[in-house]
Amino acid sequence: MRRIGVFICWCGTNIAATVDIETVIKEAREMPGVVYAGDNKYMCSETGQTQIKGTIVQQKLDRVVIASCSPRMHELTFRKTAAAAGLNPYLVEIANVREHCSWVHKDKDAATVKAVALIRTAVAKAALDTGLEPQEFVVTRRALVIGGGIAGIQAALDIAEAGYAVDLVERTPSIGGRMAQLDKTFPTLDCSACILTPKMVDAAAHPNINLLTYSEVEEVEGYVGNFEVTIRQKARSVDAAKCTGCGLCFEKCPSKVKSEFDEGLALRKAIYVPFPQAVPNIPVIDRDHCRWFSKKKCGVCKKVCPASAVDFEQSDVLIKQKYGAIVVATGFDLIGFEIFGEFGYGKHPDIITSMEFERLVNASGPGGGKLLKPSNQQPPKNVVFVHCVGSRDKSRGKPYCSKICCMYTAKHAVLLKEKHPEAQAYVFYIDVRTAGKDFEEFHRRAVEEYAAVYLRGLVGKVFPSGDKLLVNGVDTLSNQAVEIEADLVVLAAALTPRHDAEGLARMLGIGSDAHNFFVEAHPKLRPVESHTAGLFLAGTCQGPRDIPETVAQAGAAAAKAIALLNKETLLSDPCVSAVDESLCTGCLACLKVCPYKAISDKPLTEKVHGRQRRRLVAEVNKALCQGCGACSAACRPGAMNLLGFSNEQLLAEVDAICL
Amino acid sequence: MRYSYYPGCTLKTQAGASLERPALQAARALGIDLVEQEEWQCCGAVFPLATDEIAPFLAAVRSLATARDRGEKLVTLCAACHHVLKRTNHLLQVGSETRDKTNNYLQLEQPYTGEGQVIHYLELLRDELGFDRVAQKVTHPLAGRRIAPYYGCLLLRPAKIMAFDNAEDPRVMEDLLLSLGAEPVDYPYRTECCGVYLSVNNEEIAGSMVRKIVHAALKQGAEAMVNACPLCHYNLLNLQEKTPGGEPLLPVYYFTELLVTALGLPEEVGDKTR
Repeated sequence: MRRIGVFICWCGTNIAATVDIETVIKEAREMPGVVYAGDNKYMCSETGQTQIKGTIVQQKLDRVVIASCSPRMHELTFRKTAAAAGLNPYLVEIANVREHCSWVHKDKDAATVKAVALIRTAVAKAALDTGLEPQEFVVTRRALVIGGGIAGIQAALDIAEAGYAVDLVERTPSIGGRMAQLDKTFPTLDCSACILTPKMVDAAAHPNINLLTYSEVEEVEGYVGNFEVTIRQKARSVDAAKCTGCGLCFEKCPSKVKSEFDEGLALRKAIYVPFPQAVPNIPVIDRDHCRWFSKKKCGVCKKVCPASAVDFEQSDVLIKQKYGAIVVATGFDLIGFEIFGEFGYGKHPDIITSMEFERLVNASGPGGGKLLKPSNQQPPKNVVFVHCVGSRDKSRGKPYCSKICCMYTAKHAVLLKEKHPEAQAYVFYIDVRTAGKDFEEFHRRAVEEYAAVYLRGLVGKVFPSGDKLLVNGVDTLSNQAVEIEADLVVLAAALTPRHDAEGLARMLGIGSDAHNFFVEAHPKLRPVESHTAGLFLAGTCQGPRDIPETVAQAGAAAAKAIALLNKETLLSDPCVSAVDESLCTGCLACLKVCPYKAISDKPLTEKVHGRQRRRLVAEVNKALCQGCGACSAACRPGAMNLLGFSNEQLLAEVDAICL
Repeated sequence: MRYSYYPGCTLKTQAGASLERPALQAARALGIDLVEQEEWQCCGAVFPLATDEIAPFLAAVRSLATARDRGEKLVTLCAACHHVLKRTNHLLQVGSETRDKTNNYLQLEQPYTGEGQVIHYLELLRDELGFDRVAQKVTHPLAGRRIAPYYGCLLLRPAKIMAFDNAEDPRVMEDLLLSLGAEPVDYPYRTECCGVYLSVNNEEIAGSMVRKIVHAALKQGAEAMVNACPLCHYNLLNLQEKTPGGEPLLPVYYFTELLVTALGLPEEVGDKTR
């Protein structure tokens, strides 16, 4: 006979207010195999854990059921408690009577009946628990950082400083990301490039960092400690070892293309470095726009290159590498404007996004930072800024607040006045949100010292009229329709994840929310970890945030990765599939459904009635198996069993509820 | 290409000569067979927002169900009828008390649950036929004619249900004009309100709204305005300022009038657009 102990947690009033604990204890004592049932106001507390440990020893318990919160929350805690009392940790079962019961019900009698049923289920399962032993495996002590913006650079630097090798993968030809495009940063008006470029150089120079620019992650396999990643290093068409970065090639190149870095406001060449401070300072040939690749004519860059570095024959290289930890830092895009026809974006060159404004006001941007109207290179007089274009817009855009727009628009109003003292900024807003150190003070400066006019309301229409832009809006504080003749209209567009974030999430096996932002494992207590072990998140790929928050988060993600790489070995989860070879028919239906390629076939030689016979059976690689259970559902003879969640245990649970 | 056709009352009276006749004539020339429904009734003119009363929906549901039974899409021409039919169809599609009540009352052989499709004549040209096919049939291109399209609200909003075009920046009439060889004029107020029924009891307000629209089009160099709604048409034409000779400052046409002109079919309807 089993000796099962049931421990019921009040969770303060979280459980006890909705579930009658006394009734539950009484009922639990009657369950088969249960020799003890007790309660504690906080089972996870020191006294609760002491109670569990003491009872295990005193009552000689061989199985433990904890009725408390979700196993996501405290399963590990209670497993450790049991282990400290000498019990195999896999002999502990959790009955979730909080999230699955007390939190979602109001009727105390009904909730009590349900709590008892949940505990009966767990007791039935616990009776069939077997002790499991995790296996040790070696950690690959190398990290991968995906995305070379400020988040990726910071994470890579921190991991590298701790002494581990890091590969920093960036899709564009240079690291730097969005921050490299910005002019000044709020609320101190530090020059963005001045504080970023030293970090870019540090990253390139660090002996532990291997930069893989113009490269993309193509495939991710494996698991925490041993990810196997395939990276495509796209052909630069320039030999990085020979190139001296002299720049003669792009000076002479005849093909002009809109510059992505300058948000389409300026032209670059077909062979180019995205911006002067690019790291690495090695050009790339954009093969879609190069005359050599489209017409087999030209080749000027190759002719003028003094180092003979231009190489039209170069091809993509596939790099396969193993990593212990991965930091994802892929950043943001701006929402598309197709659905916001009223703002007329694309109809007139003087209707621009905030990112375009950053380039116009930036000394390295088009026009040398003079901040002139794109249409006629004249200084703007009236500039209208529109907040929340696509943000806080449930019907057409995104329901969330993009968080940084209030502050950067205040910054733009300040920069406008500094460049053109006679200019006037008008800012249309829903609310001004300035939660951050020195943020409110900065916003007040924009209003009081730089005379920005803030109008609470939205803009209904922007329309080109002559060489002006007619802006129709509303000021809801004075309850008046407002019409402004503007020279420049700046739209603060909603931040969204990268357009292809959804695909990356699927490739990495991490969760993403309704807007495709990557989801953290816990919004408060595990903010930089994903749900998948060994994968960490940093920066705006997780949600809108500013630079200091991004840097802090990148450091935190790096610390988590370092803690992981610091271990020589990890313990594997023993809840993996196991084959009963005597039942296996060798149909290998399991092999087809396994998402982790953990199942293979193996020939088995056995003696049947004195004769040698060979047949095929399935075999599970315990290191690759993630315990999803797909194989045991697919197995017709019932030979596949998930340890810790065996078919017998699941059926016992069903019986306990239904019979 | 065969379709059921729902005309509506205005097309049989006020807008017969300038909206319906040219539309039917153009359809014939373009190889589109529009078969007028035998027992169509008034759409109700205004989409009823009180959903506890089913009478205003019955005519629309009957027309929609009849077209469905014939296996044909239902084509409309009047913006108000289209608005009512499309929204009623949506209401029956999504499942609602109105759906149950109207079906209980009508006792159709097969209950109607919004499976039919109702399309406006402009959608017929754009999506079923294609403006490129229209352009191929143009014999008298409207070259050099600067025309300002006016949309109003009924065809565009509510945007998700009408699903007619981008409600903030529609293109369908511009694209039609381009296929006819004309030059569409962009101006700020093409999706603003025309004043609707205010023209009945407060002409002053409606007039100020119309004048704003007309002046904006004139300022962008329009020589005429084109629209698709009988009520907009009435307001735009009658409430704008007149020349000393009593003519409107900016001529207002239905899109169908320009269509037949460009297709070279003016003899039946007269050639006033030239």
